[in-house]
Amino acid sequence: MSNPPIIVSASPHIHSEKSLKKIMYDVVIALVPAFLVSMYVFGINAFVVTAVAVVSCLLFEYLIQKYLLKTNITITDGSALITGILLAFNLPSGLPIWMVVIGSLFAIGVVKMSFGGLGFNIFNPALAGRVFLLISFPVQMTMWPTAVENNATMIDAVSGATPLGIIKEGVMYGDTITSLSSKIPSTMDMLLGITGGSLGEMSALALLIGGAYLLYRRVISWHIPITMLVTIGIMTSIFWLINPEHYANPLIHLLSGGAILGAFFMATDLVTSPMTKKGMFVFAIGIGVITVVIRLFGAYPEGVSFAILIMNAFVPLINSYFKPRRFGAAIKSKIM
Amino acid sequence: MLKTFPKGGIHPPENKLTSFKEIKRMSLPKVVYVPISQHIGIPSEIVVAVKEKVQKGQVIAKSGGFVSSNIHSPVAGTVTKLDKIIDSSGYKKQCIVIRTDVKDASNLEEMEYPLKEEIMLTPKEILQRISDYGIVGLGGATFPSHVKLSVKEDKKMDCLVVNGVECEPYLTADHRLMLEKTKEIVVGIKILMYSLPVDKVIIGIENNKKNAIQAFLKATKSEKNIHVAALKVKYPQGSEKQLVKALLKREVPKNGLPLDVGVIVHNVGTIFAIYQAVQHNMPLTERVVTVTGKKLENPSNYWVKIGTPITDLINEVGGFPEGTRKLVNGGPMMGKAIKNTDVPITKGTSGILVISEDEASRGEQQNCIRCGECVYVCPMGLEPHLLMNLSEKGLYEKAFSEDILTCIECGSCSYICPSHRPLLDFIRFGKNIVKNLQNAKN
Repeated sequence: MSNPPIIVSASPHIHSEKSLKKIMYDVVIALVPAFLVSMYVFGINAFVVTAVAVVSCLLFEYLIQKYLLKTNITITDGSALITGILLAFNLPSGLPIWMVVIGSLFAIGVVKMSFGGLGFNIFNPALAGRVFLLISFPVQMTMWPTAVENNATMIDAVSGATPLGIIKEGVMYGDTITSLSSKIPSTMDMLLGITGGSLGEMSALALLIGGAYLLYRRVISWHIPITMLVTIGIMTSIFWLINPEHYANPLIHLLSGGAILGAFFMATDLVTSPMTKKGMFVFAIGIGVITVVIRLFGAYPEGVSFAILIMNAFVPLINSYFKPRRFGAAIKSKIM
Repeated sequence: MLKTFPKGGIHPPENKLTSFKEIKRMSLPKVVYVPISQHIGIPSEIVVAVKEKVQKGQVIAKSGGFVSSNIHSPVAGTVTKLDKIIDSSGYKKQCIVIRTDVKDASNLEEMEYPLKEEIMLTPKEILQRISDYGIVGLGGATFPSHVKLSVKEDKKMDCLVVNGVECEPYLTADHRLMLEKTKEIVVGIKILMYSLPVDKVIIGIENNKKNAIQAFLKATKSEKNIHVAALKVKYPQGSEKQLVKALLKREVPKNGLPLDVGVIVHNVGTIFAIYQAVQHNMPLTERVVTVTGKKLENPSNYWVKIGTPITDLINEVGGFPEGTRKLVNGGPMMGKAIKNTDVPITKGTSGILVISEDEASRGEQQNCIRCGECVYVCPMGLEPHLLMNLSEKGLYEKAFSEDILTCIECGSCSYICPSHRPLLDFIRFGKNIVKNLQNAKN
């Protein structure tokens, strides 16, 4: 009998079905319902913005890896694809193309690759890209094409405001929630996506379907999204109960301004969120609190992006503080 | 609700291909290679010379100290060589080579004896017997059993846990033994109850071996103090600390032993070996080995003489299948890959696993995406990604303070990692260095 060629390696000799690609493409699949809604609402613009963001993210990652870092090309792992989609989801559908490209460059080049690529970035690249654009081009970044129901062309140049924007501005000029109620879309409209806002944050329902898929596939756990949404819900309820004429009801807060998109797709980004369940609670509560504070008292009507980015910065600290309990640590041996 | 340990763990595909295959007796090996360090502790000292004739069961290497064990000749024959050969650790180890005398009657003798329930020895004699007859833990750790059983006066002990978990995928040696030798194992348990100050025994069996659970429930019906516990299937439940936690909710302290919480754990195979030694005067010279693999013609369980080269077992199951790329001594999670088929079966070999091409190589390593899966599955509450990082960077002091030494090397982290990172490889590497640094300090 001849000896077959044999591989020697250390244990374990089997591996689970899990892989990086599967996780990444599950996220992409989960984003499809929301993308379809935005295609329906914004038409070809939604497709163009998303396509440009995705292509430029992939291209920048390729160019940086090939010519700057001279490392292996890993653009097929799906992470740059997700960054592209999520960046597009956080942009108004009418944003000029060149701005989308700049946002992608910032997201991939500065936030992701300069920190060392996949897994090393501190901040969520897509969100950082969006905030970069928001600060650089505040006018264009807050021009929301209004969705027009059942408009066959679906292209509508009229710039409207997001529900939270309407409230913020209205309350600032002395209006009350009741007097604004005609301008605020109904809860059902917000659930389905017939409202003003970023490309991907339109339909809370579509995002929830995607989120449920991620939970089902165990790509994310419930800890971050649920804790974050509950925190936002509780805090806005308190203010709403104190003064319902000045503060919007919690349902408006939960269904608009990218709260759902942020909770299920941005805050849960594996790289930039804590590793232990305890840490996840702290992280998600922090996001919730900061979001509400910015929305109610800050200059911006929406605060999810800032809140997530701020808490991203705390993740290393959270990770080193909230460690898993070591087996057998600090246990006095007891005999029954 | 089935019992299990609360933190971590994984559930790999079970692949117990041989759970319905009765244990067969291997044909007599022509030559046996008996290493002198088959157990944890001091290697034994050879007491035979080349060309000497040895009887079956004769001591051929004497215990080298307290934490050591006698080694007996598995066959009657002639010592042909005292040589260094590569054993399953991958290192060259001193070894006694014996050519079997095929004409010797004792070699052909059937080693099955009728059940003997009556215990004739005193507790002290039993301990001496276990020590003399080379009994070591057969679950894989190969810790000399008499050391475990010599409980110091100041340690309280109240419970014996019988480990019939066999959480490693593929392996069925313990499962078959529990089915075929149920009564003998119960007698073995009684021997231990008689010689140890325990008043309670729990037999822990995972729920994928329902027939073994039934068999023990039946066999222990009249025993008030022997309980059978069905456990949820979860790896690494066979690890002592996890098993004690699952069965008794007692947590073995860091760097401690089950004895620190009043428990002593023995594998079912070890208990059967104790029964054989005490009741039938049989030293430990053979054990059950599962020879398995998805592509094998006829995966089976065998009674194998210690020292039988693996080649013999592979031939017995129909030779290497086409496309074999890996050979593992033990199960797929903790077993050691071996290169040389001349490696002998030792006291710690519970299975030989043949892995074919499609499962043999590892996936390509990618960046850590900090998903936290390794943290989630670690049964010891460690952070494998961090320990790998620290070991890679040589930050051993920090690795020590992050409890790298408490890692039980179960491999759950490497198994689950979506980026195919060699977490355990680096942790093992770091662990060794940290251990050496600690030793140097003391």
